[in-house]
Amino acid sequence: MTAVRDVTAVRTEARRPARAVISRYPVLVALFIGALFMVLPFLIVAVNAVKSPAEYSSNGPLSLPEGLYLDGLKDFWERVDYGQKLINSILISGSVAIGAVALSVLNAYAIGIGRIKGRTWVLAFFVLANMLPQEALVYPIYYLSKEAGLYDTRLSVIIVFTVIQAAFGTYLLSSVLGQFPREIIEAARIDGANKWQVLWRIVVPVSRPTIGVLLVFFFIWTWNEFLLPLVMLISNDNQTVSVALGVLQGQRLMDATMTNAAALLGVLPAIVFFLVFQRTLTRGIAVGAVK
Amino acid sequence: MTVTVERGGRGGRVVAKQHHAKNPRRPRDSYALFLLPGFLAFFAIIVVPFLMNTGVSFTDWQGVGSPEWSGLANYRELMDDSEFWASFRHSLFMVVAMAAVPTVVGLVLAAALFDFVGKNFGSRTAAVLRACFYLPQVLPIAVAGIVWSWILAPENGSLNELLKAVGLGSLQQDWLGDPDIALYSVMGVMVWVQIGFPLVVFMAGLQRVDPQLYEAAELDGAGWWRRFWHVTLPQIRPEIYVVLLWCTIAALKVFGAVYVLTKGGPGGATNVPSYFSFTTFFEKTQVGYGAAISTVLTVIILVLALVGLKLQTRAEDAEEGLRV
Repeated sequence: MTAVRDVTAVRTEARRPARAVISRYPVLVALFIGALFMVLPFLIVAVNAVKSPAEYSSNGPLSLPEGLYLDGLKDFWERVDYGQKLINSILISGSVAIGAVALSVLNAYAIGIGRIKGRTWVLAFFVLANMLPQEALVYPIYYLSKEAGLYDTRLSVIIVFTVIQAAFGTYLLSSVLGQFPREIIEAARIDGANKWQVLWRIVVPVSRPTIGVLLVFFFIWTWNEFLLPLVMLISNDNQTVSVALGVLQGQRLMDATMTNAAALLGVLPAIVFFLVFQRTLTRGIAVGAVK
Repeated sequence: MTVTVERGGRGGRVVAKQHHAKNPRRPRDSYALFLLPGFLAFFAIIVVPFLMNTGVSFTDWQGVGSPEWSGLANYRELMDDSEFWASFRHSLFMVVAMAAVPTVVGLVLAAALFDFVGKNFGSRTAAVLRACFYLPQVLPIAVAGIVWSWILAPENGSLNELLKAVGLGSLQQDWLGDPDIALYSVMGVMVWVQIGFPLVVFMAGLQRVDPQLYEAAELDGAGWWRRFWHVTLPQIRPEIYVVLLWCTIAALKVFGAVYVLTKGGPGGATNVPSYFSFTTFFEKTQVGYGAAISTVLTVIILVLALVGLKLQTRAEDAEEGLRV
């Protein structure tokens, strides 16, 4: 193993006391300053979203708010009908997460457990599909959905992202199911379970942790998607949070208070997801990267 | 014979085993049915649009009427289009901001958090710090764009105000509006967005590393930096490959950040291929030309992905060879 060799190389070279190289606290302080810099934009936004326009223009963006001014948030919420945007985002992301997981499980069952012929090629196909830039699909999808009468419907976005996310899910789940203990499946088959029963009663329950990770990922990824929803959802009633905020920003029509209200309302769901799913997220990225 | 295998049953057990040993093909193939929905969906949503897009790139088409075959004319035009070359040059800057810098910084941060903070101050502190660095990753890029374009605003923007407050008023800039600076400002935002991803992947990778390696190195008197260089890096090489590949591809695809922060401006200073193809499709409605841009982008990404995957499997094989 390379590392062992490297360690022995170190032994011959260096005989310095180990702990003296870095004293403890400066590094910790530096890391905390780095972390503060990462979070600072969120704090600035939160602070300014509760300032009144008058206070903002007299004190600037860096002062602490004098009171809690919530009218800016309320105005923004009503002006963009933010509740509807939230419902659209939840509906689209939720449907995609469930649909894409179902599709991934079916694909991965055939590839990972069924070990169908040519599975390497099938898998390579899904991986490449996952890497395709959406720019190479966006115009035909726009055109075809118009032909099919699905343009500017939430359903069109749900269908497209179910397939796009399933590409990643298939790739990840296939390698997880490839290591599924075969004895369990063989035993169930001998006991008379057919393939559907094996899938539904054994494979799915046993793979629940991975499936949970995929659900969370698909939900958040779809929530954050921008290009395709931007093209496909033009009417106000169908837009997602991301698209509505991105379009508003692109029009450069917002004043400082409104911008901050928009930013805060956009940030909040993300922070909620983050707090709720933090463990799944970090665990999931680990699984995804090593596979 | 296969039927017996399918039904299982008591008598089938022996038959199934014999059958399996002799001819394993038949029971496998019937799993192909499970692939059918996925296959059809991918065909309709990915393969057909992709082929259409590639086809359209060889035509002259405004999005209405029927496309006119023009052969390689779009691609020839691309070669002479300075906007096209500029957009790919900016892509290289994005690769630096979204792949190179986050990977290097992420490695050092991950090692510091795992090996140093985790051991000296407890894993809870390390987890909190990691969460702070990862937070921008869950933010929709549109929202990150709003936050930053407000912070970087020339009038009353937080960054300029901050510079004034600490007496560095002469450094104030129109961060996103000055053609000489805008690209670097976007790069800075992308570093902020991206850094959490390598950090989390590397920290997870470090958990695989045998602690004895560190102990051995420490006993031998290797300092933190040497342990990082000789133990950490070789051990998480697979993660480094994956992160570099994913981040590079993400950098080539970057769209939302440019749309929200600068709209490719000022004067095309931050235009990138995906934004360039988007405007060509939907604002200039030169669909054939836009398709050619996105096809070039696709080819570059696919080549990169294939080379990357090849390198990765080769590295894994080599490592496994060493272990055996």
